[in-house]
Amino acid sequence: MKIIDIIATANSNMFRSKLRTSLTIIAIFIGAFTLTLTNGLGSGISQYIDKEVGNLGAKDVLIIQGVGESTGLPSDAVKKYNPDKKTVSLESQGNRTITVLTDQDIAKIRKIDGIKSAEPFLNAQVDYVSAGSSEKYIGSVEQYLSGANYALASGKVITNAGKTPEVLIPVTYISPLGFSDAGSAIGKTMHFGVTNGLGNQSEVSATIVGVKEKSLAGGSGLSINSNLMDLLRKTQYTGLPPDTANSYQYATARFDPTISAAALTDLKSRLTKAGYSSMTVEDQIGSFKAVINGIVMVLNGFAIIALLAASFGIINTLLMSVQERTKEIGLMKAMGMSASRIFLLFSGEAVMLGFWGSLIGSVAAIGVGSIINRIVLSTFLKDLVGLQLLAFSPASVASIIGIVMGIAFLAGSLPAIRAARQNPIDSLRYE
Amino acid sequence: MTAPSALRAHEVVKTYGKGDSLFTALGGVSIDIRTGESVAIIGKSGSGKSTLMHLLALLDQPTSGQIAIDGQDAAELKNKQLNALRNHKFGFVFQQFFLNGNASVLENVILPLKIAGVGRTERIRRAHQALAQVELDDKAKSKAKDLSGGQKQRVVIARALIGDPSIIFADEPTGNLDSSTGTLIENLLFDLNSKHGITLIVVTHDPDLAERCDRQIHLKDGLIVKSVTRKATV
Ligand SMILES: Nc1ncnc2c1ncn2[C@@H]1O[C@H](COP(=O)(O)OP(=O)(O)OP(=O)(O)O)[C@@H](O)[C@H]1O
Ligand SMILES: [Mg+2]
Repeated sequence: MKIIDIIATANSNMFRSKLRTSLTIIAIFIGAFTLTLTNGLGSGISQYIDKEVGNLGAKDVLIIQGVGESTGLPSDAVKKYNPDKKTVSLESQGNRTITVLTDQDIAKIRKIDGIKSAEPFLNAQVDYVSAGSSEKYIGSVEQYLSGANYALASGKVITNAGKTPEVLIPVTYISPLGFSDAGSAIGKTMHFGVTNGLGNQSEVSATIVGVKEKSLAGGSGLSINSNLMDLLRKTQYTGLPPDTANSYQYATARFDPTISAAALTDLKSRLTKAGYSSMTVEDQIGSFKAVINGIVMVLNGFAIIALLAASFGIINTLLMSVQERTKEIGLMKAMGMSASRIFLLFSGEAVMLGFWGSLIGSVAAIGVGSIINRIVLSTFLKDLVGLQLLAFSPASVASIIGIVMGIAFLAGSLPAIRAARQNPIDSLRYE
Repeated sequence: MTAPSALRAHEVVKTYGKGDSLFTALGGVSIDIRTGESVAIIGKSGSGKSTLMHLLALLDQPTSGQIAIDGQDAAELKNKQLNALRNHKFGFVFQQFFLNGNASVLENVILPLKIAGVGRTERIRRAHQALAQVELDDKAKSKAKDLSGGQKQRVVIARALIGDPSIIFADEPTGNLDSSTGTLIENLLFDLNSKHGITLIVVTHDPDLAERCDRQIHLKDGLIVKSVTRKATV
């Protein structure tokens, strides 16, 4: 028998008992549907994260922090004062203290082999922001990291080399600040209210250079360039002892992005030895990605369990089919059909069950997925431009169909072997 | 009779079961069937007719003794050769119809060619030819279950002869039919025998059918009790 005839016969045999076949296909459908959805969720989110990492762009940046006194659970034990380490108590994290960095630390980091440059990550306390005659709004500022690439709604990215104060505002600020759209905000002046060390409030002005789309990684704050940061800090620390400004939560250091992973690990361990912890942007987002991957894997596990349950349905269906067709098997064997072809005929039927179940399942999942995408992205994830919650690639759908067909083949092989081993005479005498 | 031997059985014994339940279905049967001959195997129910036919058709192995096809010992043939032999040289009409009721008459008739791996257009052409031979070409598209008993038997014969066999094995081909339909089937089989030179091995209860064969082999309790050769009429 030709392979094409075996496939066609297996396919039409499958539909001889329509009810039984449909029930088995439904079981496979459920498994394949779930697997396609969970997989789509996984790749949708990880594609988005990859894009975000790309947006941040800074592949050559290490975020460096001082190693804290206590990184374990909050403890009541009172720690000894160490005059060499400046510490800040973080109320929100219990009694944990983190060590802040000073200019001395920055100088020390710069000297470490493999570090090209190091800058303290500056912070400024802004009371309010406003533009023109708009009302005053609370706003937090974050320093722009050179090389970061935001998705922009309008304008362009600011530069730290800029000699004038520049700001990149999130789209959410457009209408509160009194602009009709993103485009009309470009080039306008914005004001930042800052209170100095003497308790007096004054304003610093900057030009809006661009409007950024909201995103998962650092989309909510206003990105400002070095020039504006310096202005804000100068105002904020007026009237305070000069040493007060010499305290940074962390520093950003740059390294050669072409170095190998091993060399990067070496660099990190040199930093650890010097008393600093370091992370690349990818490390930071990577841990988030690991959590997402873990969740997706658990969900996939459930889908696989559903498929295993379905495979018992396949075994059952085929055993019944072999039983029912005992005489037919006997006849085909009497007419010279080989045992291996009989095996292929029945395992082919199982594979066909797997094929139709997974094809319908994944098509349905893609349909449901795109509806979910449309609903979710037009409601509560509206602001995350570029996010596709569920992403389906032809390759992943094809591999799911392949996996299900493989499982079906394995499930079908037991009944198929039974059919192949039947003695033609016994089958012909079977009542 | 100088035609070469088509099938030869030598001291063939077939037993079923073991120990106390041991049953001897054939107790040492020897026959030599010549190419182009028509042989009737007759006897009471349970006398071992079907058993003998299955052994001759190489569907089963004897407990002892030998079966030779075209002079070659069947026990020496490999599975693959056996399958090819049954597919290309033999045509079967079993005691039951073994039709797939939900498939069309055409699909049922095609089965041996499908197994042989013959292409689609060729096998459809030959199926129509075989159906025309049994005068059922107009029913090609009907479902097999919708046919009458005699029509079903004719479909079975069309299926047996589609592969151009040199030997046709027929187990009770007229058993379930009324006498006029039975005669129609008989004529069909003897036509194939006389016009195409196909060797015919027929198991039957029907004395009229047996009469028309070149030779009648009477079985009783698994042994040949009488062998009658018809006088050559030509
Ligand atoms: N697989 C088997 N196990 C045990 N006994 C069997 C088996 N097959 C056949 N027999 C026995 O062998 C004997 C011969 O059976 P066979 O089918 O050859 O009879 P038959 O002559 O064709 O009868 P009928 O005219 O009723 O078809 C019977 O008694 C039957 O019970
Ligand atoms: Mg019988």
